Amino acid sequence: MVVGKSVKRVDAFDKVTGRARYTDDMADRSAYIVKILHSTIAHGYVKSIDKTEAEKIDGVIYIATCFDVPNLPFPTAGHPWSTDPHHQDIADRLLLNRHVRYYGDDIAAVVARDEVTATRAVRALKVEYEELPFVLDPIQSMQDGAPQLHEEFQNNILAHTRLSDGNYAEAITEEGLIRIEGWYRTPTVQHCHIENHICFASAESGKITVVSSTQIPHIVRRVVGQALGIPWGNVRLIKPYIGGGFGNKQDALYEPLCAYLCTKVGGRLVKLDVSREETFVSNRVRHAIQFHLISWLRKDGSIVARKAECFSNQGAYASHGHGIAAKGGGAIRQLYPTPNFECDMYTVYTNTPASGAMRGYGIPQAMFALESHTDDIAKQLGIEPIEYRRKYMMPVGYFDPFSKNVNYFDSLNQCIEKGKAYIDWDNKRKAYANQTGDIRRGVGMAIFWYNTAVWPISLESCSCRMVLNQDGTLQLQLGETEIGQGADTAFSQMAADAVGVPFEAVHIISTQDTDITPFGTGAYASRQTYVAGFAIKQTADILREKILAYAHKLYRMPVALIDLIGGNIIRKSDGQVLGTLGELATEALYSLTDSIHLTAESTYQIKSNAYSLGCCFAEVEVDIPLCKAKLLKIINVHDCGTLINPALAEAQVHGGMSMGIGYGLSEQLLFDERTGRPLNNNLLDYKLSTMMDHPDLKTEFVENPEPTSAYGTKALGEPPATPCAPAIRNAILQATGVAINQIPMNPHVLFARFREEGLL
Amino acid sequence: MYDMKALYEATSVEDAIRLLTEHPDAKIIAGGSDVLIKMREGKLAGAELVSIYKIDALRGISMDPDGTIRIRPLTSFSHITRDPIIQQHINVLGEAVDMVGGPQIRNIGTIGGNTCNGVTSADSASTLHAYDAIMVIQGPDGVREKPIREFYLSAGKVDLRHNEVLTAILIRKESYEGFQGHYIKYAMRNAMDIATLGCSVNCKLSEDRKTILDARIAYGVAGPVPMRAPSAEAAAKGQPVCPETVEAFAKAALNDVNPRTSWRASKEFRMNLVEQLAKRALKEAIRLNGGEI
Repeated sequence: MVVGKSVKRVDAFDKVTGRARYTDDMADRSAYIVKILHSTIAHGYVKSIDKTEAEKIDGVIYIATCFDVPNLPFPTAGHPWSTDPHHQDIADRLLLNRHVRYYGDDIAAVVARDEVTATRAVRALKVEYEELPFVLDPIQSMQDGAPQLHEEFQNNILAHTRLSDGNYAEAITEEGLIRIEGWYRTPTVQHCHIENHICFASAESGKITVVSSTQIPHIVRRVVGQALGIPWGNVRLIKPYIGGGFGNKQDALYEPLCAYLCTKVGGRLVKLDVSREETFVSNRVRHAIQFHLISWLRKDGSIVARKAECFSNQGAYASHGHGIAAKGGGAIRQLYPTPNFECDMYTVYTNTPASGAMRGYGIPQAMFALESHTDDIAKQLGIEPIEYRRKYMMPVGYFDPFSKNVNYFDSLNQCIEKGKAYIDWDNKRKAYANQTGDIRRGVGMAIFWYNTAVWPISLESCSCRMVLNQDGTLQLQLGETEIGQGADTAFSQMAADAVGVPFEAVHIISTQDTDITPFGTGAYASRQTYVAGFAIKQTADILREKILAYAHKLYRMPVALIDLIGGNIIRKSDGQVLGTLGELATEALYSLTDSIHLTAESTYQIKSNAYSLGCCFAEVEVDIPLCKAKLLKIINVHDCGTLINPALAEAQVHGGMSMGIGYGLSEQLLFDERTGRPLNNNLLDYKLSTMMDHPDLKTEFVENPEPTSAYGTKALGEPPATPCAPAIRNAILQATGVAINQIPMNPHVLFARFREEGLL
Repeated sequence: MYDMKALYEATSVEDAIRLLTEHPDAKIIAGGSDVLIKMREGKLAGAELVSIYKIDALRGISMDPDGTIRIRPLTSFSHITRDPIIQQHINVLGEAVDMVGGPQIRNIGTIGGNTCNGVTSADSASTLHAYDAIMVIQGPDGVREKPIREFYLSAGKVDLRHNEVLTAILIRKESYEGFQGHYIKYAMRNAMDIATLGCSVNCKLSEDRKTILDARIAYGVAGPVPMRAPSAEAAAKGQPVCPETVEAFAKAALNDVNPRTSWRASKEFRMNLVEQLAKRALKEAIRLNGGEI
């Protein structure tokens, strides 16, 4: 059995030696190059684009402007399509836009012989704008009289939903309640995957083939079809290895535009390689959300009533839209169950880059607000913060009627125990209790709530194909994608055990090709190991049945008496090896009397979901005069059920923690208030943390096998990024007594807060 | 793919001067870690370049017979940090340039480029200011020397005419002998960053280590060009080694600087750093000199 073992990644050697091929490696050198002209105003209309000078440049092949593209609004979110029109993603995109809605919007594109020519031509385009007032903040954007971005959405409100339990208004009239209120602000950040988005397209026989760095090939195929107004079957999407995505590539990015331009140059190969500066602004970002939390508590800390308001900055286009704020609201409701609860969630258009999916999907924001607020409550009531959480956090047996999730195990307490031990919580909380001086230390923690996959909000299904080779090895194909996280390795491990062959006998086909690969919606929602498990097991059962049926004919033993274990056909009664799977497969294929190619394929629709819970503990040293918080120690503890590959799980948590540290301490995309222009859309000025900014990243697991899961596993992809920022914030709170209610907690923010609190 | 009109490879300093004279619009390229970025941004798009990178005569560090340390401009940051002459006599310079960017940049980036592009945040510049470095410049009419303080003219502008080449950075014996220095780079992260404020302090103590005989301090990003803080130096010179002197030194520095507010940092925040870094750098320089504080 190989599930549970830290086998080497199936792609490890190819990736470290540089053999693995990514999108750019696959583009023929003859490709025409596309460069996009982005708007230099935040809001307004393009009145004209003068192409005269650009067209004179030798090597310019074609120039498309916002006046040329079809008026076919399309959605971009990487959600499974819904056949219910009311549940479909908002279609508010055009390939190029006359109505410019943010600084950096796409207004024209040049196809040229090479990159330098294309860049020169973009610079030579002359644009006339009609400028309109713009708005960058969602709360301001909701006000009457604010600039309107999309006609159909009054006051720029893309969606407003309300969660309501009990009777908040009545509950707060109870005498003697303590009211604790706070505003918590999270920033716009970007995914910063190593490989920028890149795609290329060519057309043959009326079919457009797009090769793209995407997480969701089957979804992007559909969106390209919608955007170009062509049958979806006329689009073929190929996804090779990709250099990360973190949700940015869970969206149709420039594949539709690239495909469109290809059709304009006679199907010639055109390549669109996005720069880092464009990635920051003209792809997707994480929703900046402002939270307003009011809690009404009795002296013992019990939460009688709670109100939450969330204002989510959608940016200029809908992309994933309200799903992010809604997921956060759900987490706030469930992590500390409150009898009287009200939560208003607003997702609001503004003249900033479109916000989409990003690792954690609303939960890093919600956890920062909720876990900061929880420490504020504990502090104000004089209750030890862990003790407070233990009393009021989601209990064992908690049931959510919507998702049907059950909190089966005491995961949170078990995770907290491990975190406490590593950070030496009890001793350090005491030691750091009453410090003075310039340099102070503190420890803090935060718990998190997560779930797995998207059911029941959207479709969850996974398809799998297995094809047996003559030597007893098999090809494994899934629509679910390898995006650097190690999915291919985990799938191979599960398949090896499910079929009954050695790990080495599984040849996973990493590349998805929508003409060939079975349907799957791709890498997002921390879903793949969970959902693929069902389809792999089911498909393996079909293949095994066929193999054992053939073995029955070959070895004349009843199927009930034979088994396939480790690549051998075994007689169960005495353990005798009757033959190898390779011998059987060869015979099956070449038999002159009974030839059959043994393959299996099936779809499994998943109608369950699972909680994935855990915590983070952090120790910081705050240099008050220099306004710097240095992270000394940090640990994440997760219960993601049974680990398929412990080493890969640990690596995945490390990556998430790194993202969480940057989110808490340094990362923020800034915009000029006067123009809406992005100020720091490059990796120098955008302070992505480096390994020099990290202490040793410690990871531990609690393994309670998830009962709903085919392999006992559940979400791990996104959860690691969710609890780090509030844990660091709460550590700074202990060190300095200063509550920092906005991230990133960078020196500028600490300087302002330390001054306000009289520390400087 | 860079939008480059032409690249001329110089084989000697004289050859470089000739090429620059022949191509009045050409820019000098050494390691390329600044020029190529500007070219990619479009600021230098279509430019002609004269590369001096292959002129080995412009590489390396040596000591003249009179004890002057001669740093040739193409010496990379990583070579400066590992150079025995630097380590023995002005270790702080090696430490300072070891904070530039990341390892790849420190291997390709040169101290000549770092100073000649005239930016206030250059990690080498404040230490060179604090050691009264002298810039040696060669042009068609011969060689001239310029104190580094006069070399910086304004933001991004230095006293280097189009067809001149920096050939050495000198540090005289009297500038380093008996001095120990410390550089603090304050940035938003611990690598791959540009200073929010840089502060380089060095001092010389009396034999009993109780008196500061001389103290020098220079900042990067405290103004449009790297700058010394003469009031601070005056406040420490001849004073006893004690916390009061350090306080007075740091407070006095505030009179000399003029940082600006930008989205990268507010003036108030930078002023706070001016004082804090002066204190910490002086204390460390005193400790390195055997003083107790």
